[in-house]
Amino acid sequence: MTGTTPPILQGPTSKEKKYDRQLRLWAASGQAALEESHILLINSGPGVVGVETLKNLVLPGIGNFTILDSTIVSEEDLGVNFFLEEEQLGGFRAEHTCNLLKELNPDVQGSYITERIESFLLKADALKPYTLILVTAPIAPELLSKLSANAETSAIPTFYIHCTGFYSHFSIHLPPAFPIVDTHPDPETTTDLRLLAPWPELSQYTAEKTSGLMEMNHHDHGHVPYLCLLLYYLEEWKKTHDGQVPQNYKEKTAFRQTVSQGARTDNAEGGEENYDEAVAAVLKSLNPAELKSSVKEVFDASECKLLTADSPDFWIIANAIWSFYVARGALPLPGSVPDMKAQSADYVQLQNVYKSKARADLSEVLQRVRGLEKKLGKTKTAEEKEVELFCKNAAHIKLVRGRPFHVVQPGKGVKWEDRAKAAVQGLTNPESLILIYIAFLAFDIFTSTHAADALGGAAKIPGETDAEADAEKVTGIAFKIIDDLIKEAGTVVEDPDYSEAKSKAAEFVQEIVRAGGAELHNIAALTGGLVSQEVIKVITKQYVPVDNTCIFDGVRSKTSVLRF
Amino acid sequence: MAADSALTNGADSQRLRWKYLDRILSRPGPFTDPDWEPGEAVIEGLSRAKILVIGAGGLGCEILKNLALSGFKDIHVIDMDTIDVSNLNRQFLFRHADVGKYKADVAARFVEKRVKGVKITPYCGKIQDKDEDYYMQFAMVVCGLDSIEARRWINATLVGLFNEEDPDSLKPLIDGGTEGFKGQARVVFPTMTSCIECQLDMHAPRAAVPLCTLATIPRQPQHCIEWAHIIAWEEERKDITLDTDDPEHITWLFQKALKRAQEFNISGVTYSMTQGVVKNIIPAIASTNAIVAASCCNEAFKLATNSNPFLGIPETDNYMMYTGDESIYTYTFQHIKKPDCPVCGNLAKNLEVDSKSTLQEFIDSLAERPEAQLKKPTIRTEAKSLYYQSPPALEEQTRPNLSKKLSELVSDGEEVAIQDPAFQIAFKFKLVFKK
Repeated sequence: MTGTTPPILQGPTSKEKKYDRQLRLWAASGQAALEESHILLINSGPGVVGVETLKNLVLPGIGNFTILDSTIVSEEDLGVNFFLEEEQLGGFRAEHTCNLLKELNPDVQGSYITERIESFLLKADALKPYTLILVTAPIAPELLSKLSANAETSAIPTFYIHCTGFYSHFSIHLPPAFPIVDTHPDPETTTDLRLLAPWPELSQYTAEKTSGLMEMNHHDHGHVPYLCLLLYYLEEWKKTHDGQVPQNYKEKTAFRQTVSQGARTDNAEGGEENYDEAVAAVLKSLNPAELKSSVKEVFDASECKLLTADSPDFWIIANAIWSFYVARGALPLPGSVPDMKAQSADYVQLQNVYKSKARADLSEVLQRVRGLEKKLGKTKTAEEKEVELFCKNAAHIKLVRGRPFHVVQPGKGVKWEDRAKAAVQGLTNPESLILIYIAFLAFDIFTSTHAADALGGAAKIPGETDAEADAEKVTGIAFKIIDDLIKEAGTVVEDPDYSEAKSKAAEFVQEIVRAGGAELHNIAALTGGLVSQEVIKVITKQYVPVDNTCIFDGVRSKTSVLRF
Repeated sequence: MAADSALTNGADSQRLRWKYLDRILSRPGPFTDPDWEPGEAVIEGLSRAKILVIGAGGLGCEILKNLALSGFKDIHVIDMDTIDVSNLNRQFLFRHADVGKYKADVAARFVEKRVKGVKITPYCGKIQDKDEDYYMQFAMVVCGLDSIEARRWINATLVGLFNEEDPDSLKPLIDGGTEGFKGQARVVFPTMTSCIECQLDMHAPRAAVPLCTLATIPRQPQHCIEWAHIIAWEEERKDITLDTDDPEHITWLFQKALKRAQEFNISGVTYSMTQGVVKNIIPAIASTNAIVAASCCNEAFKLATNSNPFLGIPETDNYMMYTGDESIYTYTFQHIKKPDCPVCGNLAKNLEVDSKSTLQEFIDSLAERPEAQLKKPTIRTEAKSLYYQSPPALEEQTRPNLSKKLSELVSDGEEVAIQDPAFQIAFKFKLVFKK
């Protein structure tokens, strides 16, 4: 008995049909989270990357989006933004991009605000309706500071995006604790068979299936599940090795040889598939279970150790699983079994041995969860489904520690804090794109300290008119950032590395300034793809998001993810 | 300022529209060639370049939009498919009312309407319908396809098109592909750099489940579905051609599979899984398409304008691999051209075979071998014909060879030529006996 009711005999709904290709990735639960979201885009500059991001979110069906943009549609918009038309020249960019985006998916609500951001942010609770905020550069530092402070206090994930010429970067400010249970690890890494610590039911099953192994007829011998073969030969091995399983590579290779010799070759096929599978699995299946460092991080977190009545369910379940781990010496069993050569009935029976153990582990964890909830006086208890998902993925959970992104302040340098040492190492690493990031920081400092005209209104964008002169100024700023960084890290970078880093930084600055704030549609579209993907991960709490900065180099077609 | 520009008439206002693009193309950068002369000529060259897009689906919609907004003015697009409702979650040039119409037609009309001054010429049909003269007219080809076979066909065609005496016959091929959160963008300079065929083993087909498992010992819900698909349909509905787009057919397979699963106590067969297995559905989302398509178009733009170095310059990186499910990771590298590539190399490729296996077994294995992937091979050595798929007379004549052992037909290390109706060239392989 498999314990599941047969599915209803009917075809998919029209929504399931439309979203079929994505539901195969994030399932109905991820889709529901998307449909509950309301995303605010604070648009600026040429404004393409923000709109391209929204395009990739409207298509898969977010619930709601709002565009805040006071810009008027001009000729140059039409050569770079796909969601504007000729007839809309002179109108509000927010209104028209919103309307054309809405056409993509009738199930999505869209609205726009044409108020200037300065006054918009003055209103109390202006940002409250939104589940996630996207901000595109250029933006005045005092406004970006406000948005950053909001991300900090309200725990609303906030993205800062900068796209110009052939380069782009974006940084994500997530809440200080952003745990993910459904990380979708590579299926190859999730098999957990516990061959070194079989429980009684598994040992009994193995004994049944391998009883009289040597005397079996060819058919039966060729259909013993490989997992039983490994357990059987392990027992044999232990008899001659002081009760120890193979300890090191050499012993495992010898053990593999033993298994391989057990295969029959005098049959019609000249070999046995189940033995081939067993031999192939030896090296990866005989390692003692060790916690991944990312999982340890969760158990070691203060939120996990010090529970309160306000602790989110995640931490209560994490604590319960930690105590289970301490008591049992292993995480709850996930309970899945890979496909293997076997008779149908034997395989289903084996699946059930694993499923029963997983259910027993789950019920123990659940009991611990309920105990904690009672002790803490929690009125709302965690759903069993949530505990089950946690148990299944316990070995692959992940905690992202959100942190603010850099907001440059006129007259103040850039602070790297605990990331200074790592950042300095990036300066001389040819794979790191940190120097492009520094060029962007220098761009931001330039705009925050240069006005477009004597009236002191709009910021001046480097390269808009005089590329050479501006590049020189921005390069000077970038050099200062580099020197300050090295100083903050309390280290020195020797020549030629130091000069090389600086001359590279100068080149990146030159390439950025060449664009004079212009967006290239391709780079905006690509960056919009990256950002929308990260938004989906953050909203669905599935897969693992960027922590916390991603840089794209469209000259060499490379990305780099760095934590600042 | 906006009001002024709206009032300006004619060419000036048209050009003002391209202010951002023109700025990049009018200024040298630190990575541009010292001999590169930015300005008018580059802009003019870009607007005259004729470019072909193959595929108007998930990637194709993005590619058409991107090229139109990158200054290309003469774009052609080929796609044989019509629009399905499951396309609408990412193929943003299509609306519900377009379901059933040709993709190439609808996509071309939409982009032409949105981006003024661009001409998009659709062809609703197969790439195989077109001859060398047709492909010869383009400066480059951008592919957004979901079929390996079509990629191999266009790759072989462009390699075959190249003639050393005519530099215009070199047609760069830019190819994108996606699967869920993963994808790749690559640039091929036919005969000069690693081609799609050189890279074939990076896209190995999924191993098929042995027929005996399906027939006698199913263990997974997928086994039950494959059984319904391959065995039950043949037995019970032989006279009806299976149409995987027909809901009645899928429902029939689903119910068959479900019943079989219940017999064997296997859980997990669903309608959605049935559809996925039978149609070999690959998950697809807007964001990955946006990333891969834009990367392809960025390379096309750089290639057409020399405004920065591009992928595919011989001896440099030509391949960007993208993974987005765990953070963001790209690996950009140079895939090395294979001297024994059956398409662009001149040496026969070694193929290790068991001398005891029959010709039939060898033929069956060709479909699954990552380096071959040939489904209907016709095989001959220099001296004799081993097996012909057609015409029927030759097939009949060569059929007795199928049951012979390879060692009876060829010598160790002998070269064979393999032809397949899906490709216009012969693949050269050297059969090396397993020791």
